[in-house]
Amino acid sequence: MIPAPFDYVRVGSLDEAISALVEHGEDAKLLAGGHSLLPLMKLRLATPSVLIDIGPVRELSYVVDAGDHVAIGALTRHHDLHHDPVAVSQVPLLSMVAGKIGDPQVRHRGTIGGSLTHADPASDLPAAVLALGGTLVARGPAGERQIPADAFFSGFLESALAPDEVLTEIRVPKAVGGHAYQKFVRRAQDWAIVGSVVARVGDRVGVALVNMGPTPLRALAVEQALAEGASAAEAAERAAEGLEPPSDNNATAEFRRHLARVLTRRALAEAGV
Amino acid sequence: MPGSILGTRVLRIEDPELLTGHGTFVGNLRVPGMAYATFVRSPLAHALVNSVDISRASRAPGVLGAWTAADLQLEPYHGFMVLNPACGRPPLATGKVRFVGEPVAVIVAETAAAAADAAESVEVDYTPLPAVVDPEEALVAGAPLQFEELGSNIAAGFRDREDVDPFARASRVVRLRIANQRVAVVPLEGNAIAVVPGDDGAGHLLTVYVSTQMPHGFRDNLCRLLNLDRDAVRVITPHVGGGFGAKAGVMAEHLVVTTVANRLGRPVMWVETRSENMVAMPHGRGQIDYVELGFDEQAKITGMRVRVVSDAGAYAGFGGALAIGPTRLMAQGVYRIPTIRYDVAAVLTNTTPMGAFRGAGRPEAAEFLERTMDLAADELGIDPVELRRRNLIAPDEFPFTTLMGARYDSGDYERALDKALQIADYDALRREQERRRRNGDRVALGIGVAVYVEVTAGGGAKEFGRVDVHEDGSATIRVGTSAHGQGHATSFAMIVADRLGIPLNAIRFIQSDTAEVPRGGGTGGSRSLQVGGNAVRQAAEEVLARAKELAAEELEASTADITVTEDGRVGVAGVPSRAISWARLAQLAASSGNPLAASVDFSQEGPTFPFGAHLSVVEVDLDTGAVRPLRHVAVDDCGRVLNPMVVTGQQHGGIAQGMSQALWEHMVYDESGNPLTSNLADYPMPSAAELCSLEASNTETPSPLNPLGAKGIGESGTIGSTPAVHNAVIDALSHLGIRHLDMPCTPLKIFEAVRAAEAGSLPSVWREPPAALSQLPLRGERPRPEAADADI
Repeated sequence: MIPAPFDYVRVGSLDEAISALVEHGEDAKLLAGGHSLLPLMKLRLATPSVLIDIGPVRELSYVVDAGDHVAIGALTRHHDLHHDPVAVSQVPLLSMVAGKIGDPQVRHRGTIGGSLTHADPASDLPAAVLALGGTLVARGPAGERQIPADAFFSGFLESALAPDEVLTEIRVPKAVGGHAYQKFVRRAQDWAIVGSVVARVGDRVGVALVNMGPTPLRALAVEQALAEGASAAEAAERAAEGLEPPSDNNATAEFRRHLARVLTRRALAEAGV
Repeated sequence: MPGSILGTRVLRIEDPELLTGHGTFVGNLRVPGMAYATFVRSPLAHALVNSVDISRASRAPGVLGAWTAADLQLEPYHGFMVLNPACGRPPLATGKVRFVGEPVAVIVAETAAAAADAAESVEVDYTPLPAVVDPEEALVAGAPLQFEELGSNIAAGFRDREDVDPFARASRVVRLRIANQRVAVVPLEGNAIAVVPGDDGAGHLLTVYVSTQMPHGFRDNLCRLLNLDRDAVRVITPHVGGGFGAKAGVMAEHLVVTTVANRLGRPVMWVETRSENMVAMPHGRGQIDYVELGFDEQAKITGMRVRVVSDAGAYAGFGGALAIGPTRLMAQGVYRIPTIRYDVAAVLTNTTPMGAFRGAGRPEAAEFLERTMDLAADELGIDPVELRRRNLIAPDEFPFTTLMGARYDSGDYERALDKALQIADYDALRREQERRRRNGDRVALGIGVAVYVEVTAGGGAKEFGRVDVHEDGSATIRVGTSAHGQGHATSFAMIVADRLGIPLNAIRFIQSDTAEVPRGGGTGGSRSLQVGGNAVRQAAEEVLARAKELAAEELEASTADITVTEDGRVGVAGVPSRAISWARLAQLAASSGNPLAASVDFSQEGPTFPFGAHLSVVEVDLDTGAVRPLRHVAVDDCGRVLNPMVVTGQQHGGIAQGMSQALWEHMVYDESGNPLTSNLADYPMPSAAELCSLEASNTETPSPLNPLGAKGIGESGTIGSTPAVHNAVIDALSHLGIRHLDMPCTPLKIFEAVRAAEAGSLPSVWREPPAALSQLPLRGERPRPEAADADI
């Protein structure tokens, strides 16, 4: 329960963070809320030689109404996102999902940027951003670039960020219509065994799944069925199509596929689809 | 005499310091020069240890020393009670490792971090051996043997003679194979010890701070094992963050830390991490029970046959013996059963050694009996409450001696059952269940009932208690029990306040220090109030008798006229002006050369048998398999209640742990013996968010065996709740044809059962037990293992 030795660098600005990443290379890890990274380090499953603490970069903690979308700073904590008036009124799905993460301690420390870059398929926010069709903004030594959420999650615990890039902002379309998150857990604080997120964005219905494969992913077959006019119940039956969910103590792959269908049916109903 | 404080809800006087962060847990101890120990543990369940290379670790920064078994030369030993004398455990592995987590080397360094870093550089060369994890597979011919010299993996076992057929008169026999899964104990505080060598100026050469339930037993065992002089060792148990049966005896790590502290001549501390705790602390439960229950045409039980495979884990953990002892003792439960046959084998597996967990063998008996009764009700087409009523032991049958040799001291089982049914409104619940079934509701309602009896303060229970009254009018209690959350400081002070009229805030409470209390049995097996409390009570009575003599002499009155007055003095009854304060009495006593104090060794002629009825209500989502507890009604009878708030607290904690076994907890290993649930992300300890509000109440049937009329309450909640919740889940599914699922009742298991029910392919709930059970020696042919009498 004691991490391997590491160096600790505390930065005060985004530019300092990028410089530190460039300086320390692939041995360095950014530390935001620490709620994914620190447990791995304590178990010595992760042994970065340098931790770059971006906690003091408070300029990256915000939720703003940017006209056609809502912009969220990467260091916005789950608790703040859950209670932010702009989030609550303009993108209530994201606010609601943030309130279902872990427990109060986790929500007071964990950040949306940390959750997305950790790219854990069992996390809640990645699926919500996918369902909403969000865009992620990254900054590195070469400047800023935008990455569609669909292209961000590249593998198990892997994202499209380069080692010297920092995720700075998450942009999601305003979505004030029906929405739902069906999270199936054995304990309130757990990662979802399976989760299904439904977001209505304009005419489109976005559906994304938690813990149904190596990455957070969209239920494309469901979305397509709905676009083609299938009923919600018919569409939900396709929730596990083409997916290879994991098997573990809590669920076999078959049970996960079943849960994906049940939860998606319930989420679509709850969202009024 | 003032109105009695007994039976009132007195707030726990020990809570403020715990709640304000002033706990004295071992890990909080600061002693100059403290060094820190870390263990290197086996990642393999069964392997030859070819070599352990500590040379790099020894030279690592901050390291004071590193040792292997060869360096320490500690003999194989038994740290608590012995299941099989041939299965002694070397404190550091020698020759073989037998479970994942077994220590193979120890590092001591200036800081815990330095020790942890150095531990990474220890190189151990293993030759993996096939492991056996499932106790039934361990019984199969050709299974890998843990102790080759034993010739099998059976640590101990017996079978009954076959001269009586339990089913001769039966018109129907109900059969169930039920696995009572292995659980981890998971106290908030794991094991912890700090050993301080050197003369303390009071005649002790070694002072040991240890988180244990039994400080005196710990001292005696430690001194025996390390050949130390008992009078030269002081054991202090500060605040303990939960024991639940797992902090009994001397752990391998305790022996090693004590040895290396002595070698270094420096204080050494070891505080278990959670990852270590999950594999190093003994686990609990772990039985497979084959139960057959015969009924006649009137649905009365004709006889029972039980065959048990009990998992002892590695090194024949004493918990394996609980099936031989307490599970067998309580197998008859609350029922009239004319014949019982009981066969049991305790089996070695390459897993963490088994120990005790809240209830220690008794919950297993209640679980298999009450689950089988519900199965029988289902098969016989009788309401489960009615089936129980037909077979309960009646109130006028006490004291009742069972076929297993238990002498139930007092009881009224039907009264507890009636009260639970009335609180829950059983008939309304059944109507709601029927309504949902009629409507095809996919959220099914389940109602589970369990009636139980258990045993507390067995094993020739004896305890030390002492009361001193001081010249300032205050009093001090010393007692040999060792509270670690049970509220003794409050309860025992209430007893003294009740007897002597000295207010609670003038009573000091001393326990858990071998230098302050001469002897003691510690706390386990729900023994403390009945033996420790009564020892304190009797000491207070003796102090009062002496005080009356002193007062009679001083007041020139007859001793018979002297009493404790309303204002807490001692004087002539009905004459307030003729009374003497306790301070004055203590001064008089001191000046007579015989201070006002009494020491007592209280013994109880036999164990007591608390009982109760639990009724649990759950909802099961048939589409996801999720179970939601809705209500849990517990009526527990622990004899006369001394402090209802403390009793309610014990009920709540017990119910939570029992419900947790029914729904969540399971220590899982893969086939190679790797633990898959060795942290609290994977091992699902529930929180308040998962439980429902608990409706705990009591009936009071005093025990005739002690003056307080008390029985134990520490484990009742666990014993009653596990089968009640389990039965509720199966009841919710019974209309689908599902008759049994093993615990924990997880969504996955329920999903698969509902699928199988829909497909008409549900598996049988019975199969014949392993053939090895029929080759066990007959009971009485071999000596009974010592650990069968574990009272914890």
